[in-house]
Amino acid sequence: MSCATEDVVAVVRAAAVTVREHRDELVELDRRIGDGDHGENLMRGFTAVTSKLDSHVPDTPGAVLKLVATTLISTVGGASGPLFGTAFLRAGTAVGGLYRLDGAAVAAALEAASAGVIARGRADVGDKTMVDALAPAVEAARAAVGGSVAEVLAAAAEAAERGASSTVPLVARKGRASYLGERSAGHLDPGARSTALLLRCFAGSGRFADSADRG
Amino acid sequence: MTIGLVIVSHSARLAEGVAELAAQMAPDVSVLPAGGTADGTLGTDYVRVRTALARAGDGGVVLLYDLGSARMVAELAVEDHEGSSDCRLVDAPLVEGSVAAAVAAQGGAGLDEVAMAARSASGGPAVGTDPPAESVDLLLHNEIGLHARPAALVARALAGLDAEVTVGLGGRRADARSVFALMGLGARDGDTVRVGATGPDAGEALRRIAELVERGFPE
Repeated sequence: MSCATEDVVAVVRAAAVTVREHRDELVELDRRIGDGDHGENLMRGFTAVTSKLDSHVPDTPGAVLKLVATTLISTVGGASGPLFGTAFLRAGTAVGGLYRLDGAAVAAALEAASAGVIARGRADVGDKTMVDALAPAVEAARAAVGGSVAEVLAAAAEAAERGASSTVPLVARKGRASYLGERSAGHLDPGARSTALLLRCFAGSGRFADSADRG
Repeated sequence: MTIGLVIVSHSARLAEGVAELAAQMAPDVSVLPAGGTADGTLGTDYVRVRTALARAGDGGVVLLYDLGSARMVAELAVEDHEGSSDCRLVDAPLVEGSVAAAVAAQGGAGLDEVAMAARSASGGPAVGTDPPAESVDLLLHNEIGLHARPAALVARALAGLDAEVTVGLGGRRADARSVFALMGLGARDGDTVRVGATGPDAGEALRRIAELVERGFPE
């Protein structure tokens, strides 16, 4: 099964719900090693995205992703705004003007998003950032690239969750948590956690459940 | 075609203060603050940076920023800006870099020269201790000495020359291409500076600076 504009809109709306449900958890994670506003900032951003989609739905999946990007950039603030914004922006550019996305297009979008975040934040795997979730997700998506959208996203989500968990023992080398030095070890990185949550939401939204029908 | 500056800061007041300071030294240069968020909190605001970029002039824009995410927001704003090829995002000390860039822009420097002035504002490239191949002592006889505008003229006069040039006063030496380093010498009317140059164009470099000093740093 492939993924059309309305599917992308549906998963973005689902993401807004997920972020709201996990707001307190993200705030708590960020309170430990950051400035405690990650959950609130992301929720503000996705709430703004939802209200934009209420008034206008763009034509293509790529245009939806770009709308998400520009909204997050101007509403989330901090480092998360430009980083999540860059991820959606690059994903939107990667899928171009396609009207339907297949597994390969979704994998390419994830790859572009990850490359954008790495370039923007100048972080690598192991720095205890969202890259620790995103980079393994891209690897997994690439390995599943012959599959359906559902299969690609499921593989990416699982890898992102493992990657997020791997940040717990790490000492942060980028972002606000790096100011804590050794004291940042022992905590889950909030950006990696929210990245994994979003990918799990995309994979599990039920929009792409029929993986037998590939297209 | 003047170069404009955009000051990206987490704090509205910091951005405004830096702009105020830079504009005082370079009255004809557009120095636009883009600090704080729309709701008055600390943070960098993409929309504010975009707006400042659009207003900053048609001859190119040099952007300076304070901390962490300010760079990312500025990068995004530049990527989305119509004239992004005429934008330079510079990693420099915010105050010194902004002043140096403004002074260079006031002196008519091109986009890359203005960006370079900001970048080298932390004191500039290390000035070697080897004695220069050629040197000349020059008596300053202009009212403000090697202050902002004359320093910018010196730096500008050396554009395109293949020579390492220094200006010395009282045992200190400054890179003659660094506006801020020159200003830091504090050379005034009546001081004698020693200008040294090494390299293929050393003679021409000395000749140009001597002429500027002789003529009292004309516009």
